Amino acid sequence: MNNSQKNKLIDTSFKTIGLLFTYFGIAILAILLYKIVHAGYTRINWEFLTSLPSRKPEKAGIYTAIIGTLDLMVLTIIIAIPIGVGAGIYLEEYTKKTKLSLLLEINIANLAGVPSIIYGLLGLGIFVRFFNLGESILSGALTLSLLILPIIIVATREAIKAVPSSLKEASFALGASKWQTIQKVILPSSFGGILTGIILAMSRAIGETAPLIVVGAMAYVPFIPHSLFDSFSVLPMQIFTWTTRPQAGFAIAASAAIIILLILTFAMNGIAVYFRNRWQNKLGK
Amino acid sequence: MTTIIENKKLEKIQQVVDEDNASKISVKEMDVWYGSFHAIKEVTIKIKPNTITAFIGPSGCGKSTFLRLFNRMNDYIESFHFDGKVKIDGKNIYGKKINIDELRKKVGMVFQKPNPFPKSIFENVAYGLRIQGIKDKKLILERVENSLKQVALWDEVKDDLKKSALALSGGQQQRLCIARTLAVEPSVILMDEPTSALDPISTASIEDLIFKLKEKYTIIIVTHNMQQASRISDYTAFFYMGNLVEYNKTEILFTKPEKKRTENYISGKFG
Repeated sequence: MNNSQKNKLIDTSFKTIGLLFTYFGIAILAILLYKIVHAGYTRINWEFLTSLPSRKPEKAGIYTAIIGTLDLMVLTIIIAIPIGVGAGIYLEEYTKKTKLSLLLEINIANLAGVPSIIYGLLGLGIFVRFFNLGESILSGALTLSLLILPIIIVATREAIKAVPSSLKEASFALGASKWQTIQKVILPSSFGGILTGIILAMSRAIGETAPLIVVGAMAYVPFIPHSLFDSFSVLPMQIFTWTTRPQAGFAIAASAAIIILLILTFAMNGIAVYFRNRWQNKLGK
Repeated sequence: MTTIIENKKLEKIQQVVDEDNASKISVKEMDVWYGSFHAIKEVTIKIKPNTITAFIGPSGCGKSTFLRLFNRMNDYIESFHFDGKVKIDGKNIYGKKINIDELRKKVGMVFQKPNPFPKSIFENVAYGLRIQGIKDKKLILERVENSLKQVALWDEVKDDLKKSALALSGGQQQRLCIARTLAVEPSVILMDEPTSALDPISTASIEDLIFKLKEKYTIIIVTHNMQQASRISDYTAFFYMGNLVEYNKTEILFTKPEKKRTENYISGKFG
């Protein structure tokens, strides 16, 4: 066998192995989805969505959990977006390249990889205890905001970096100030990228359970939150609780709740992809 | 005897002062460094109003850096520092009281690659006015139309003002960028190799345009194209390794250069 035949063989085998691995991942996901949908689809109806949790599995619904999740997401968006996008703009456009800013940069990237339970404990220490916000939906939202801030900051910076410097120069050369340039050229051009980052961060937040257990998300809440200081439940929490119950009925309810949670997550990812494509078309890439 | 000499001296001083007043831009003993790299070496030059001045020289000779001094675009480079004076209309533009945004309204710039904003054709031209806070719709409309007419783009785009500027051809985009600069009514226009990314036909139309603009504006153009410099400019400055080697009327510099180095460069022996 000569060299070129050998190279060709290596090439083909690598291609085959890669293909196998790809299908392996997809197959596992498909099996998982099939099992869950098969187990849970019978429970999904209007009653399931609008019923309170109950001790009897056939009566239990996810009303409080789904409202809790939506409330928590809205609060988290309100807190995390201005801070995250603002910090991203500041770091990318205003800081000079010093050792301190480099250190800051590395640490923010590292923060994105810190296990979420650590954020939960931080939230417990700071928001629940120190600021005395209690085990409330506000504490939960603040904790989740901390968790997704690094993701939003990094996404914002990447999106701003992708704006061609020739556009910034054009704006400056016409007499625009830095803020005018950010507002009228940089943000509109990076909007799609920033939005994609935000939505991906949200779809991470929506599935988090660990940090919320620590700051006090309830497994059983017989009412929906009416103020920032009410206790709350969320979908992953509800799912977690149901799967620990011995009754078979709860396993079915948990599968049904998982389907709802997956639909929410996929919908958010879908929106992210849609905006990213639209943004790329606009920039003419 | 002495009084005659004195008078002659005074006359000479007066002449220098007059020349100073007559020049639109005057640069005195300018040095520029990027970190420790000495990019511009003690350059002194005077540029007359309503003329076209071409900066020529091999890549890296400092001509773009020098051009960017006039609207302070080098300020964004962290390692940039300088020593010397640049006066435009008699005012030191690196003085403490200078507002950079105001300076840039007076000194417009056109870049090497056409760089329209990803906005509509209309919004591209109106950009400079909008950032000045001008809200008068009639005035904006008028200025946009005028600017587009000056660059001979109006007839081509008047029905598509709302279309994205990115849909235009390269030559059209560059004319749009010039129109965008004209809309803020500058008195000086800096052009950094404005035709190097364009085909010959677009280049010819931009050159015609530049030639016409000289009536109203003082134009400085950096170019790698020697024919272009000799075709359109009144004065030419030849830069080499950060030095201003020779500066003269274009026809003299290209036909009877004083320095050997200039001759070698314009005849294509190096560079």
